[in-house]
Amino acid sequence: MSAADTPKRSMRTPLGRVRNLGAAHSGTSDFWRQRLTAVAMTLLMLPVIVVVMMTLGSNQAGAKVILGSLPIAVIMMLFIVASTWHMRIGMQVVIEDYVHGEKLKLVSIMLNNFFSIAVALASIYAIIKISSGV
Amino acid sequence: MVEFALPKNSKITGGKTWPKPAGATETREFRVYRWNPDDGKNPSVDTYYVDVHDCGPMVLDGLIWIKNHIDPSLTFRRSCREGVCGSCAMNIDGQNTLACTRSMHDVKDGAVKINPLPHQPVVKDLVPDLTNFYAQYASVEPWLKTTSPTPQKEWRQSHEDREKLDGLYECILCACCSTSCPSYWWNSDRYLGPAALLQANRWVSDSRDEATGERLDNLEDPFRLYRCHTIMNCAKACPKGLNPAEAIAELKLKMVERQV
Repeated sequence: MSAADTPKRSMRTPLGRVRNLGAAHSGTSDFWRQRLTAVAMTLLMLPVIVVVMMTLGSNQAGAKVILGSLPIAVIMMLFIVASTWHMRIGMQVVIEDYVHGEKLKLVSIMLNNFFSIAVALASIYAIIKISSGV
Repeated sequence: MVEFALPKNSKITGGKTWPKPAGATETREFRVYRWNPDDGKNPSVDTYYVDVHDCGPMVLDGLIWIKNHIDPSLTFRRSCREGVCGSCAMNIDGQNTLACTRSMHDVKDGAVKINPLPHQPVVKDLVPDLTNFYAQYASVEPWLKTTSPTPQKEWRQSHEDREKLDGLYECILCACCSTSCPSYWWNSDRYLGPAALLQANRWVSDSRDEATGERLDNLEDPFRLYRCHTIMNCAKACPKGLNPAEAIAELKLKMVERQV
């Protein structure tokens, strides 16, 4: 990029531009939760694979018997919470990296939140429904 | 959205091939990025041939030889010619490094290809505009901050605490790391980049400094700090062998440590 191509800048000093609105004093929580959910998913991955293998080939009644067990239902729901939370944070990072327009960024982050919550709730509802046989 | 392609007037077109030096028995081909803000043309890549028997071994020696013997208009920064000042940072054969410490014999296969540091505005030829980079360095307030009364002699520090600054204090601010970082390419207006963050960690890690918390407060931001995704280009590029990614990881660890 040559100097002539740079967007027209305001007359603020370079340091003023860097300081801009100041630090948000946030970001550590998301950073920590992303690691927390990654560790949780690593631990839950094997039990979840086992449960999925157990349900293979079985009909709804068979699945109800397996998912009707409290520990199995809890494992599945924990996995859903960990993975959708991880997905939400990861997608937000991608949006912040690549979407630069403030309006489009805000809308994308909103949709990302809505989508993640919808996926989590739908999955949890499905497990409850199957396990309770409703 | 992020711009992945160069603007039209930054695309490289053509370039001049300068004649081989008369009487030279062995030459090395240099392909050098050229852009002049005054002629209104797009950037180009000029080809030069350096007489290797009349020239020092480093890439910087080659550039100086070109400037002295072929084309005095070729523009680049240089000063110490021994890897201390960081002035001659440029992209050589696809890698950000210092022209003064990179031997032209280490560049294998064909021409020595030289471009300015990536993704920075160009002032002329191989000179990037590092105004934002220096302002980011200034924003981490790279000086000792204390509130205790100044001691009669020096601020004292144990050998163990001094060792914590090793791998940090050696940074020469050449900008090779920051300009090799994709996160810095996309968000250099808000992300401080590996160099400024390594320097920030140098002061956060200094046992004599009394503003550690205030410094961390100033860095705790999704963009200033958390744009680092441990891509590690910075550690690969650093001509001083430092590891800015590790310094940033230490900062993140300190952020978690004071919360969890």
